[in-house]
Amino acid sequence: MKTKSILAVLLLATTAAGASAETLRWARAGDSLTLDPHAQNEGPTHTLAHQIYEPLIIRDMTGAFQAALATDWAPKEGDPNVWVFNLREGVSYHDGADFTAEDVVFSINRAKSENSNMKELLNSITEVRAVDDYTVEFVTDGPNPILPSNLTNLFMMDKGWTEANGAVDVQDVEGGETTFAATNANGTGAFKLVSREPDVKTVLTQNENYWGMDDFPMQVTEVVYTPIQNAATRVAALLSGEVDFIQDVPVQDLGRVGETEGLVVKTAPQNRVIFFGMNMGADDLDNDNVEGANPLADVRVRKAMSMAINRDAIKQVVMRDQSQPAGMIAPPFVNGWTAEMDAAAMTDIDAAKGLMADAGYGDGFSIQLDCPNDRYVNDEAICQAAVGMLAQIGVTVNLDAKPKAQHFPLITNDQTDFYMLGWGVPTYDSEYIFNFLVHTRGEDRGSWNGTGYSNPELDAKIVSLASETDLEKRNATIAEIWQVVQDEQLYIPIHHQVLNWGMTDKVVTEVSPEDDPKFKFFEMN
Amino acid sequence: MLAYIIRRVAQSILVLFVVGLVAFSMFRFVGDPVDNMLGQERTQADIDRLREQLGLDQPFVVQYYKFLEQAVQGNFGLSYRQGRPVAEILMERLPATLELAFVSGLLALLGGIALGIFTAIRRRGISANVIMTLSLIGVSLPTFLIGILLIYVFSVELGWLPSFGRGDVVDLGGWTTGFLTSSGLQALILPAITLGLYQMTLIMRLVRTEMLEVLRMDYIRFARARGIRERAINFRHALKNTLVPVITITGLQLGSIIAFAIITETVFQWPGVGLLFINAVQFVDIPVMAAYLMMISVMFVGINLIVDMLYFAIDPRLRVDRGGGGH
Repeated sequence: MKTKSILAVLLLATTAAGASAETLRWARAGDSLTLDPHAQNEGPTHTLAHQIYEPLIIRDMTGAFQAALATDWAPKEGDPNVWVFNLREGVSYHDGADFTAEDVVFSINRAKSENSNMKELLNSITEVRAVDDYTVEFVTDGPNPILPSNLTNLFMMDKGWTEANGAVDVQDVEGGETTFAATNANGTGAFKLVSREPDVKTVLTQNENYWGMDDFPMQVTEVVYTPIQNAATRVAALLSGEVDFIQDVPVQDLGRVGETEGLVVKTAPQNRVIFFGMNMGADDLDNDNVEGANPLADVRVRKAMSMAINRDAIKQVVMRDQSQPAGMIAPPFVNGWTAEMDAAAMTDIDAAKGLMADAGYGDGFSIQLDCPNDRYVNDEAICQAAVGMLAQIGVTVNLDAKPKAQHFPLITNDQTDFYMLGWGVPTYDSEYIFNFLVHTRGEDRGSWNGTGYSNPELDAKIVSLASETDLEKRNATIAEIWQVVQDEQLYIPIHHQVLNWGMTDKVVTEVSPEDDPKFKFFEMN
Repeated sequence: MLAYIIRRVAQSILVLFVVGLVAFSMFRFVGDPVDNMLGQERTQADIDRLREQLGLDQPFVVQYYKFLEQAVQGNFGLSYRQGRPVAEILMERLPATLELAFVSGLLALLGGIALGIFTAIRRRGISANVIMTLSLIGVSLPTFLIGILLIYVFSVELGWLPSFGRGDVVDLGGWTTGFLTSSGLQALILPAITLGLYQMTLIMRLVRTEMLEVLRMDYIRFARARGIRERAINFRHALKNTLVPVITITGLQLGSIIAFAIITETVFQWPGVGLLFINAVQFVDIPVMAAYLMMISVMFVGINLIVDMLYFAIDPRLRVDRGGGGH
């Protein structure tokens, strides 16, 4: 055993000497909020965590499942309520401890604890048990066919390290104590944490004992991560060669970056769809000029408003071609998406006017549109464009654009009649969309459904998805639900957002739909 | 004297209280921190639980009282965004802002005085008029535009200076300094110019006006008549009398350099308290916003207090007033 490890070290040393050290200087708009992998369920936080920690299953740069700390997984034969995961053997944490089944049990229980922000994804899990050192069983409260897709951002911490450092409890802001795990990290991932100053600079170095040294390109040996908030400065840093790779390239600078010698812009559809929601549930709206009635309650009005939106014009003028017009509120990767429904949206002002007249609003009405101005790509500009388009069918829109911290509470607190929202689907399954956006607003579901729409029959179908193991039957139900969502024009889809990554031509990578670069996949010229 | 100081200190504390009260009454209009703290999958129960934990369900006066109660014990709470003690974060960020403020203040003072004297003496010269015209740019262009312009010219086109960050810093036991490394010094140049340009043009114009005024005084004419060298008249006799108002203005402007570093820090990703504050506003990080605003107001109030006391020491008329009571 000893000679073997010495050999391994020697082998590693020679390969490391053979490959030149490649530092990747990386900038994006925001920083990770914490190193504690269960404290925040948020993009930049997960992206950094993915370099250091690993979940059982990851999504590769194209969004497809790939085995990480689990080698394979399947529902248990004879018991549809149990998922069995076989774990990878020979994996060790950065501090040398072995990764075993007890770490999985510990991590899942930690992620299910009260202060964890990941717990909603694990609601269905009632028990996690270690069968042996490398086999774990997840018991769910009913059959859960899509459990694996809830685990791709669920990182495995070392039980011993976490307990020894008093970090068993997830960061509790009101508790007044900073947990050790929020500022230190010990994962199994491809990179080890060297230093970190929040909001300033984080340095990672390649983990030479990484189990996947041969499975991934592993060409980046060091990562220097500096958040640069101001978009113009971020682009300037790439143009001047101070960073090698940036996320969030502003659309107006894409041309500038792409035309610069030695720089490349790569784009790919993002897992995020942008749409408008309408309050159709209220008897009367607060912010319109129609007394005693709610024009949005009439499906003809909703259809007319959707027809008035010229999605191609928004794509060309507002988004500079960096969007994909949408006809349904599901990103194209998601199970349940169909090309036919996504292409269904059409612009027809005359037909829209006809529908408005049929609904008794031939003279139009006025309404307020609430819009964020710092959340989505060109969010406020999209709303401004929509104002002009809706005016063509007599709908006078007063635009109220605000920062996201003020905008989103309007939706969750039922204080808006007409609003913009964007939605990403981390599980890649329509059920996630239905749970949050279509189901009647209630205790467990519908928290982002600001439309006031309530259809008990549809709700029953949505709930049934959670435990339907017959995938064919389940997909049929999904298609039925989508048909209702489309027929009722529950939302007005606008477009799928497109992601832009800017990089020097020595960096070779795909753009991941989740906007989360995993540097072990990167190749360096 | 003592009564005067006590009165001024009491007024200062009152000002601090009012600033805090106004700040807390405004926080709820910034947005809802809970929305940022919990992911999109959160349930209503999570929201209610966190809101109650953080005391956000209480009226703002109660929140303010709790903040004060903790603050007098030196505890500013945990940042909602970073989950670390606010005092620790502020102390970590303050050196960057103070160093930037110091360098741009120095730049503004030295550059402003030198150019002010030059334009006053060579009042009719072409170069003086060119400088005066250019100084209009410094007064009228917004800071972020100057910053972006400098980045474009010196980082992107010429590639001489870094466009963001502080470069390498050296940790001197709790104080990180960029003065000791070449990359740290390079990184200081563009932000310092951006931040100091407005103050520099202000001081320059002030010095020029004062100088022109003084140069018309009788004692200068007599000095000229006595045949004293022009150099000595300008720098020994005229300049000294010009500096009194300049020092007052500089003292007051120092506070605003620190407070208004926000924009410069955002443009250059300068890791100081200004950038911290901007991030806090976007995230609705109430403990950080509250502590930052209190810190800035303590600073302003402190500077004003010192200036007031200096007046008392310098201006005999204030003392005569009190002495008159003794007769």
